[in-house]
Amino acid sequence: MLSVEGLDLHYGDAQALAGVTLDVPQGAIVAIVGANGAGKTSLIRAISGMLKPSAGRIRFKGEDITGQPSHVVCNLGLGQVAEGRQVFPSLTVRENLLTGAMLPRASARKAQNYERMLELFPRLRERAGQAAGTLSGGEQQMLAIARCLMGEPELVMFDEPSLGLSPALVLQVLDIVKRLNAEGLTCVLVEQNVAASLKLASHAYVLENGAVTLSGSGAALLDDDRVRRAYLGL
Amino acid sequence: MRREHFLLGLLAAVLLALPLALDRYQTSVLVLVFLAAYMGQAWNVMMGFAGLLSLGHALYLGLGAYVSAALFVHFGLSPLLGLFVAVLICVGVAMAIGALSFQFRIEGVYFALLTIAFAEVARIGFDHLKWTGGAGGFFLSVAGSQGQWWNLRGGPLFFYYVSLAMAAAAFALCVALRRSKLGYQWLAVREDAEAARAVGIDVTRARMSAVVVSAAMSALGGVAHVFYYNNVFSAQIFDMSRSIDIMLAPIIGGIGTLFGPILGAFILIPLGEALIHATQALGINAPGAKAVFFGLALMIIIFLAPSGIWPSLRKRLGIGEGKP
Repeated sequence: MLSVEGLDLHYGDAQALAGVTLDVPQGAIVAIVGANGAGKTSLIRAISGMLKPSAGRIRFKGEDITGQPSHVVCNLGLGQVAEGRQVFPSLTVRENLLTGAMLPRASARKAQNYERMLELFPRLRERAGQAAGTLSGGEQQMLAIARCLMGEPELVMFDEPSLGLSPALVLQVLDIVKRLNAEGLTCVLVEQNVAASLKLASHAYVLENGAVTLSGSGAALLDDDRVRRAYLGL
Repeated sequence: MRREHFLLGLLAAVLLALPLALDRYQTSVLVLVFLAAYMGQAWNVMMGFAGLLSLGHALYLGLGAYVSAALFVHFGLSPLLGLFVAVLICVGVAMAIGALSFQFRIEGVYFALLTIAFAEVARIGFDHLKWTGGAGGFFLSVAGSQGQWWNLRGGPLFFYYVSLAMAAAAFALCVALRRSKLGYQWLAVREDAEAARAVGIDVTRARMSAVVVSAAMSALGGVAHVFYYNNVFSAQIFDMSRSIDIMLAPIIGGIGTLFGPILGAFILIPLGEALIHATQALGINAPGAKAVFFGLALMIIIFLAPSGIWPSLRKRLGIGEGKP
């Protein structure tokens, strides 16, 4: 569904991504793991059109989207839940959700989708009229996910969805990813929580210094000695 | 009927009938109030809604004034037609500034500095433009045209209703914009431009539309300004202090609120007038005495209501205008 070929990305002279190639089949959960600064967020931002790659190709549903601006990419059905729960703090929960429904592909069904999100995340119903900045960290993460889903994406890239959450909430967030995937959503999961995300993923890539150094099924990487030593501390 | 609708209707009725009870001077003060409310609303579209700080809004006010006045004086074109040219030129300039800054990712204070630079260029440019009177000012003749409403010729009472209509229309426009899809996009961009980009909002387009709407509104403010005063001086109309005057009403009233610019204008303009009379009555003839007291009053207001008077007043009155 999503394929990335030989992607290079530079910030000025500094190279952030070097020849990244990966493939996300429809219906899969693909995990991308790596240390801080390995280029995970850069990769997501390049795929979503927020950064312009210096070389390589990105295809989504067969269409070349390399260098397309983010609002075009989003409208094709490639959504992202950005790192750090970027909700709009002084807008209400409801208004936050509605901003997610502005994509032409989804705007006609915003009322139904809004109702669906409140069913999926009951906490948000209680908080609908409240400013998003007053929500707890976990609720903000739910809101960020729900806002992305308002745009009816076919593939969502989750960037560190469990960052800064308590262990119980981490499990809850990963459970949501699993549920959405079961309903047919293709997921790319960037996580610090390597063990949990590898368990969830059908396929995974290890990113080091901007390049893919290992890939394989989630289970295989969980058993891989290098992964166990570097990321699982075993 | 909701409480705020009732209050709004009451306010409109009072304002429509008010000139009956006012003398010429008091009427002229209210013209300034309405024009300030109107310009504040225009500025608020950029800063309050889209988060773009313009410190050079006098640029559009002055351009609107000069363009409509020049068309009237040199070609006899009615300002009711000239305003379209004024709007077009202001929108063109705004798009040029917008394109320049958004293309090169000039944001925040750097964007604000750019707006000042353009206002300054206009000030110096019109100082040397003989076609519109240069530094000596540009004058509309008053003789023989009184009462020609289609040429916007009239006294305070006429302009009372012109400016009231403008302020009311600007308010209605902002209410509609605030509830529109574009309005939500502006708020999202204001809150967090990166997050807005991530949910698929075309941030550049949203910003550009805010700049264009604000500039077009300000151009009309300039038209009203010059036909009310019958003169325009580049050194004054494009001056930094003018841009600050434009911003004060929405800042005092409440940035990003719909009623803030109106409330701010109703407080600041009469306050300024009262201080002029008070300093005269007290025999304080030192130049700038009024400005000192005005500044003090501003400090007190900002200290008491840091996010504007309207948001705190609204809470006390128990009326809403939606968020924020």
